[in-house]
Amino acid sequence: MKTAAAALAGLLLLTACAGSGGETRSASAGERSGSGAATAVKIDRDPYPSTYRRYPGATTLVTNVTVYDGEGGRIDGGSVLFRDGTIVEAGRSVAAPEGATVIDGTGKWLTPGIIDVHSHLGDYPSPSVEAHQDGNEVTGPVRAEVWAEHSVWPQDPGFSRALANGGVTALQILPGSANLFGGRSVTVKNVPARTVQAMKFPQAPYGLKMACGENPKRVYGGRNQTPASRMANVAVMRATWAKAQAYKRKWDKYEAAGTGDAPERDLQMDTLRGVLAGEILVHNHCYRADEMAIIVDLAKEFGYKVSTFHHAVESYKIADILAREKICSALWADWYGFKMESYDGIVENIPFVHNAGACAIVHSDDPNGIQRLNQEAAKALAAGRRAGIAIPDELAWRWLSYNPAMAMGVADRTGSIKPGKMADLVLWNGNPLSVYARPERVWIDGALMYDANDPRRRPVSDFELGQPGEGDVK
Amino acid sequence: MKKLRTTLTLLLACAAAPLAAQTVAITGGRVVVGDGSAPIENGIVVIRNGRVVAAGAGVAVPADAERVDASGRWVTPGLFAGFSRLGLLEVDAVDASNDTAASSGPFSAAIDVAPAINPRSAPVAVNRAAGITRAVVAPVTARSIFAGQGAVIDLGSDMSAVTRARAFQFVELGEQGAEEAGGSRAAAHVLFRNALREARELSGNGRIDGGGGASRRQGANDQRDLPLEEVPGAEERTLGNRANRSDDVLLTRFDAAALVPVLTGRQLLLVHAERASDILAVLALRLEFPALRMVLVGAGEGWTVARELAASGVPVIANALSDLPDAFERTAATQSNIGRMQAAGVRVALGMLGEDEARMVRVTPQLAGNLVALRNVPGAAGLSWGEAFALISSAPAEAMGLGAELGSLRAGRSADVVVWSGDPLELSSTPELVMIDGVRQPLENRQTRLRDRYRSIDERQLPEAYDR
Repeated sequence: MKTAAAALAGLLLLTACAGSGGETRSASAGERSGSGAATAVKIDRDPYPSTYRRYPGATTLVTNVTVYDGEGGRIDGGSVLFRDGTIVEAGRSVAAPEGATVIDGTGKWLTPGIIDVHSHLGDYPSPSVEAHQDGNEVTGPVRAEVWAEHSVWPQDPGFSRALANGGVTALQILPGSANLFGGRSVTVKNVPARTVQAMKFPQAPYGLKMACGENPKRVYGGRNQTPASRMANVAVMRATWAKAQAYKRKWDKYEAAGTGDAPERDLQMDTLRGVLAGEILVHNHCYRADEMAIIVDLAKEFGYKVSTFHHAVESYKIADILAREKICSALWADWYGFKMESYDGIVENIPFVHNAGACAIVHSDDPNGIQRLNQEAAKALAAGRRAGIAIPDELAWRWLSYNPAMAMGVADRTGSIKPGKMADLVLWNGNPLSVYARPERVWIDGALMYDANDPRRRPVSDFELGQPGEGDVK
Repeated sequence: MKKLRTTLTLLLACAAAPLAAQTVAITGGRVVVGDGSAPIENGIVVIRNGRVVAAGAGVAVPADAERVDASGRWVTPGLFAGFSRLGLLEVDAVDASNDTAASSGPFSAAIDVAPAINPRSAPVAVNRAAGITRAVVAPVTARSIFAGQGAVIDLGSDMSAVTRARAFQFVELGEQGAEEAGGSRAAAHVLFRNALREARELSGNGRIDGGGGASRRQGANDQRDLPLEEVPGAEERTLGNRANRSDDVLLTRFDAAALVPVLTGRQLLLVHAERASDILAVLALRLEFPALRMVLVGAGEGWTVARELAASGVPVIANALSDLPDAFERTAATQSNIGRMQAAGVRVALGMLGEDEARMVRVTPQLAGNLVALRNVPGAAGLSWGEAFALISSAPAEAMGLGAELGSLRAGRSADVVVWSGDPLELSSTPELVMIDGVRQPLENRQTRLRDRYRSIDERQLPEAYDR
């Protein structure tokens, strides 16, 4: 009964928002309401729209603080002003508007919130029980029709850890890597909510999770199905893209004409068509250098672009190619050796990729790692310096905010401290590239969502209520 | 790269030969003894014949000592991984290289990891370069609550890695134990009691020694260190034809015999439990089996029963930063667990269980550093720097009963010494010199080789395969 009631409430919420939520709907959503073409079939590109609204926040000025702007800039003893969810000004000296909350940031650092381009929070939530294993649709290697947001459990306590300990303000939640085509990702603001729609980053493009290498061939080869080898990984990808091209031609033609019989709808192909149209970004799990190079050519063969190679432990071997192709690498600092294709992981991967002029991102893929992405960046940075690559601290912060925002298609709105952008900010109680620093406050769209000094500004998920340790520091 | 090599060359100019048989004085550095005390500025560490002679301020440098200048650097005991699977695999997912568990073999408690340790595995070399010099190595359970007997190893580049074979038996008595026992904690406890009953039957009335990790034997495969069957009289009673056994036994004879030293307290029993009630149930086993010498592993909810833990005197090897209710046995998990337990008087060491501990113990100092960071988080329980460092040096050694031998720079301990570029808990620091038993260790490994090859990509003349 309770479940039914909750579902009903959810429906009502959706209905209400669909009626009034014009400002957060994509342009394509308007097609659904129709404007004359009564008989034409319209594909709604945004059927589960974001209902996220920023929470109220005070006009705030942080002063005397070390600022990393996320794009490589740094202001020592600087000030940052934000109001109505938006960054107003950053500089050496900014005047406090009437009534503004002024925070003395002496000895502290202010950075853009960390953005994790690779998370499974919500689709592999805590507690990690069988009933919660919702990240992989392990029933066929091509599952482009599944959407991670339909698995995300907003009550995953991991979101709060990522916020309070990690300073994470936005993340991309991806399907797992069992399949060649794992499904659509969802980008969310790290704000507690009752529904995933209320977490969804407004207007963020979808991603498509793809995977090469060991996982798909192991999963399906183990069942005596294709793909059972890396060559079949590629063959199935190619066959699928060829089909997607044909599907796209049919629908493009139909939509251009506006009349005639609508082609048959295929949800897998809808996603792939979105990729071919450049609306959906490809996030490709791929470890080995040689495989990434194959995927680069495969993408050209079918006319799409890879946004980011994830878990790319061998990016350093082809950093020149990745720089030329403008493909980001989402990387761990020091993971290696857990499977054969990760055997050649080195701590210098991130700085080597950066040094080649390619886009490097620190990612987690892990509910613990997401709490320390700043520390992962620091380890990689130090290893790079020991190898003779001098990268300033403030430039390394790109790996944590601006680059992932770029890879996810939201860098025009978040990921750096620039006037007009979302006030997604972290005030650190010390140098955030030191092991001794922790977030003191975290703002999302200018709203104070975590304050280390105020236990009431610490989210506690439904799951944790009434459990030992409820509301504890974590 | 050039810069790195120059630094090392300077530091090691006087240390070209193995240092074991020499007298060495490391001078000018900030010395950390590892016993929980604060670092000592401009301290001196004197090593002779592979042992620490003295460490601290105002220590006299013997006239014959070779000097290593550690000015501007930190000098610490080598790091001691309090719980790991190091040396038992090369690549986790490559079964043939992975000796952590035997999921279809006949034995459990009798399993002894010592002959499976591979000192040349890449993870050993990689973690050695990160300053890890000793590690507790435990097998993984499969088909039984008993994983088998673990070892304490060193990470030296020689082929004799085992410091102490059969140092402990490892048993699962939480969620994992319930699963191994067929589905419930109650079954796991019955299995445990039954196993010790079978061991008791084998031990008979006579006291049986051995099997409990005899002292080190240089250069030998430590399997020969007094395994149970070599103890005079023991073999006949436990494994021979005269060993009468009841008809209703569950364990193989060899498994039951392996538990005799646990029953008699000759061998440590490492017990993994997380939930508060599991911890108390484990502590209560000592009423029934008073000779058990236990060490608790995990204890994610330990802080909620810290008083009972402290009163028990049972040491705890805990994960540092587990703060997710990722299992129902850890709903109270918090990064403050260790700090709160320590404040309550629990003897705590830092280990890694379920944290890629076969390869990643190199992050041990990062974990300890985070516990220091908690001191600046309101409401959290952090540690002082010295306390945090003790968790990864002397505390694991003491939990394993080896504190007089290993884990600190106190006089008489094995000369496992690391010279660091800076604060060893800080993310930017790295070991520049690692000694194990006074022997300088190579810090190169396949990761540094890959780094050097790909530092710059240039195939104008030849492929990268020729760059080495």
